[in-house]
Amino acid sequence: MRRRNGPRGASRYSAFDLVRHGVSGSRWPSVWRARDLQPSYDVVVIGGGVHGLATAYYLADHHGITNVAVLEKSYLGSGASGRNTAIIRSNYLTPEGVRFYDRSLKLYQTLAADLNFNVMFSRRGHLTLAHNDSSVRTMRWRAEVNKLEGIESEVIGPSEIKKLVPYLDTSGGVRYPILGALYHPPGGTIRHDAVVWGYARAADALGVHLHQKTEVTEIDVSSDRVVGVRTNQGSIATSVVVNCTAGWSSLISKMAGVEMPIKTFPLQAAVTEPVRPFLHAVVVSGTLHVYVNQTDRGELVFGASVDPFPSYSMRGSLEFTEGVAGDLLELMPSLAAMRVLRQWAGLCDVTPDFSPIMGPTPVTGFYVDVGWGTYGFKAAPVAGEAIAQLIATKETPKLIAGFDLARFSEDRLVAEKGAAAVGH
Amino acid sequence: MITIPCPYCGPRNTSEFRYVGEQGSRPDPNRTTPAEWRSYLYTQSNEAGWVAETWWHGSGCRRYLIVERHTVTNEVRTIQPSAVHPRHCLRHEADSGEELTAERDPA
Repeated sequence: MRRRNGPRGASRYSAFDLVRHGVSGSRWPSVWRARDLQPSYDVVVIGGGVHGLATAYYLADHHGITNVAVLEKSYLGSGASGRNTAIIRSNYLTPEGVRFYDRSLKLYQTLAADLNFNVMFSRRGHLTLAHNDSSVRTMRWRAEVNKLEGIESEVIGPSEIKKLVPYLDTSGGVRYPILGALYHPPGGTIRHDAVVWGYARAADALGVHLHQKTEVTEIDVSSDRVVGVRTNQGSIATSVVVNCTAGWSSLISKMAGVEMPIKTFPLQAAVTEPVRPFLHAVVVSGTLHVYVNQTDRGELVFGASVDPFPSYSMRGSLEFTEGVAGDLLELMPSLAAMRVLRQWAGLCDVTPDFSPIMGPTPVTGFYVDVGWGTYGFKAAPVAGEAIAQLIATKETPKLIAGFDLARFSEDRLVAEKGAAAVGH
Repeated sequence: MITIPCPYCGPRNTSEFRYVGEQGSRPDPNRTTPAEWRSYLYTQSNEAGWVAETWWHGSGCRRYLIVERHTVTNEVRTIQPSAVHPRHCLRHEADSGEELTAERDPA
């Protein structure tokens, strides 16, 4: 399926184009078009974030299903897709998780060429620090599972860590000494907004309709079958609906009469003023509940675990900034003079086993791609690809078979708490 | 700062409290079906709106409280002491807080 020319039908971006527009000052064409809402679609995707757009793109590109609408209540990428810290990795704990996220990482690696859109993929190396014996043991466990699945992942000691990140305090005379780290060279960062725009542009070029400011108010179900969707812009008849709404996903599922084992928590992040590049790797500490990386602009982006209570509020809190700054200084004391520019929050749909919920539901035609907690961005390409395949073939791809909704009633939980997020 | 008006201590920052969970009844383990028990374990209402919850004022009066909170604005509408430790009660009776509030005047 790989092409180096980007999506069919889209104007192609090139260096020549850049120079031409730079010299002439002419306006760039719109990246996607505004369309009128049609009375019916083959597939309606709820949620114009990276998961919804990827699903629509792969439906159109891989399976030729182009009569698709993506409904977004705000603007594209306004939810968690534009609020995450843009870290990608595949060093998970369970074999299901490792295989799944590795496919995503591989899709991300070639995404810029596939979409003809610069998504600023950057392989940085990913370090998960261990501050006590039990963490070192978990890191070894993860490294072995990773290696069995063919993922580059190993446990390294303080001297090697110091070589990779010289600013880390590895002296040992601190409250949380750095005893080792799980080193995952393929981990890195990618520009999250560019991924949203790239998928949107490619899906639009293939004929998918992107409807912004279109909020779903009801889902019509007749004898356990989806028949339509009602929005603030009008009604749509459809037999297939995909729920890709992250923090709001349990509310959307409830409209179709499907109960979800999901709790919505805000996750906060912050960014400092830009400084010269000094931090190449992505550094994570589960014990200290902090992760940090430096963007191409030089800003430090850092985040922590989800807020201590569920909420749909996206306001930042002083407790977060204070806490995460303190944790970061514990790791890199020399950052004390850095100033925070801004902070924000996004909503995470957290499941009991810290694994996503993907696949069909008891309502025929109603599919979910939810439960993404704090790890949704890094999984978007593979989730979109798998859900598109599921809709087109009506068969659940093997890669996501373990992540179905029925696992909660059949006691098949996929326990990723140890590797999915920090501080849970 | 999000504050919770504790009936004993007055308005305090949420960082003093621990969120325990949504109010709900725990099925009797001897009589429940596996489906009911799993639903009790995993399913929450997760409403975007007013939700009745249990909070614990760990850094204050160390009391369990029944808090009615709006999950979009984090505004608290009502708050009253919880009758018993939530882990030991089969059912939280929201109205059983009356006699406890009389125990000490709300701040």
